[in-house]
Amino acid sequence: MSDAIIQVRELTKRYGDVEALRGVSFEIAAGEIFGLLGPNGAGKTTTIEILEGMRSADGGTATVCGLDPQRGGAEFKRTIGAVLQSTSLPDKLRVSEALALFGQLYDCHPDTATLLRRFGLEEKRHAFYGKLSGGQKQRLAIALALVNEPRVVFLDEPTAGLDPQVRREIYAIIEELRREKKTVLLTTHYIEEAERLCDRVAIVDHGLVIAHGTPRELKQRSAGTTRIEVSLARAVPDGELRALEGVTDCRDVDGRTVLHSTRPPQTIVALVKHLESSNNELQSLEIAAPSLEDVFIELTGRRLRE
Amino acid sequence: MNHAWTLTLFRLRLAMRNRAFLVFGIVIPLVFLFLFSAVFASKGGPAVAYVLASVLAMSVMGSFWGLSQQLVIFREQGILRRFRLAPIGAGTMLVSSIASNLILMVPGIAVEIAVARWVLHMDRVGDLLSVFVLSGLGAVTFATLGLVVASVANSMMETQVINQLLWLSFLLLSGVAIPLPNLPRWLQQVALFLPATYLVTGLERALIEFVPLTRLGAELASLGGSALLAFFVCQQIFRWEPEQKMPRQAKLWVAAALVPFLLLGAWEASRGGRLGEARTILRSTFAERPAQRNAAAPSNAPAPTDKR
Repeated sequence: MSDAIIQVRELTKRYGDVEALRGVSFEIAAGEIFGLLGPNGAGKTTTIEILEGMRSADGGTATVCGLDPQRGGAEFKRTIGAVLQSTSLPDKLRVSEALALFGQLYDCHPDTATLLRRFGLEEKRHAFYGKLSGGQKQRLAIALALVNEPRVVFLDEPTAGLDPQVRREIYAIIEELRREKKTVLLTTHYIEEAERLCDRVAIVDHGLVIAHGTPRELKQRSAGTTRIEVSLARAVPDGELRALEGVTDCRDVDGRTVLHSTRPPQTIVALVKHLESSNNELQSLEIAAPSLEDVFIELTGRRLRE
Repeated sequence: MNHAWTLTLFRLRLAMRNRAFLVFGIVIPLVFLFLFSAVFASKGGPAVAYVLASVLAMSVMGSFWGLSQQLVIFREQGILRRFRLAPIGAGTMLVSSIASNLILMVPGIAVEIAVARWVLHMDRVGDLLSVFVLSGLGAVTFATLGLVVASVANSMMETQVINQLLWLSFLLLSGVAIPLPNLPRWLQQVALFLPATYLVTGLERALIEFVPLTRLGAELASLGGSALLAFFVCQQIFRWEPEQKMPRQAKLWVAAALVPFLLLGAWEASRGGRLGEARTILRSTFAERPAQRNAAAPSNAPAPTDKR
């Protein structure tokens, strides 16, 4: 990629006996919203924190805007803005004071009023940090990440633990960053978030990027198939349903059976007949177009949130 | 330096919003001042100055409690890692902690001196410049020691344990809780290896004997040296995050920082002057004198004994 603003090559990181990263590589172009999608413990946070300069890698290289996060010093820190997964501010710090404080630390004079308005915190400008709701704290965290007008924004699980309404508000903010041509790297384990926000996604599992591309490209792995998810009264032997008409893939996931079919009506009819003949019972059935979750299941045999 | 000042103002603002600061910084030292005065200096006079020296030293030494706990809380709550993203280094964070502590200490010291002078009828206020400089330098020294504790300790519980051990050593061996001359001879020798002892004896000399700054060289060198070393050490071992491990080399720095205290203690032990002077001050302060009977009448006369 010629216009890559973030370059990651063969990153490795070990915590004691645990290999958190086993050679992660990807590139992000300027102005792109790039997502690292994977379950908890996949290595997303370790990767993003190496890129933020918060951790050092054991091996491999990473550059952000041509700077080494570990050696870039103040110049690097002025280039990036970040929302960390686990962070806080003192409870007795007011919202407007926090914005002014970080503005001063970056030697810039952010338009506090505009930032407060943009992030819906105008009414909370005099509120103590300790009195804010989870969503308000997260909006403030994003506002703080932008006080220095960074070229690259890192968002580590920006909507984790937030209710759907607040999550949608955060999505709107990220869409705004896209319009401002900011380069954004976000980590998430929410399929909807990755599909809706990201120009490109890298699926991470056990410290490796197991697939990457645009959400559309990734979903094309399952192109032409429909996901049929069923739960049965009695488990059926592995692969028994694979022989049903139209079925291209069949897996047991979380005690449920996930079939991918190119001919859903015929598959369902065949399934019902098969269950009747084997004296089994269909307890529930869901049909959906393939998502990134299906790609993940296809690649790993597990759900994202396991 | 601008960033250090910005963070200092931020720390001051937080402190002013914290009731614990008022309680531990102003109220409790005053309670001790009244209590000790009632027990040991009920007649006013120079005994109040002796008690005041102990209470001032206690207030100053208390710096390491507050700062070490605050830093550990900031680290455990992930507040430090948020600041780590900003273009500031560990030194800036540490300087702002020390500076805010120093600024917050000054009003408390002033109130304690004023109460001793006008409420408890301390007959002389000693050399105020020496008192304030020693207190200020002491505040810096003990704040820095607190920051070392915060960087060494892995959790709040560990911080509490280390603080308790240090606090009790400082309190019991430096002459704050028990006058130095009343300790067993061998403990007096141990006390000479503690920076707290130099703070207490220095404050006693400044308050009771009017000793000017120019003659407090050993005290200033001890406290200043401690502060510089402790600052250097805590810069080496500063941790932004709870899971960050202290480098093995940094542990050696902590051990190396003790060497100057050993040298100073050995030098003072061989000289013997400090312990002798502590005995003289104690004897002269609590000796029955006509002035004590009329303690309410303040006198600005300089202290009678200064054997240095």
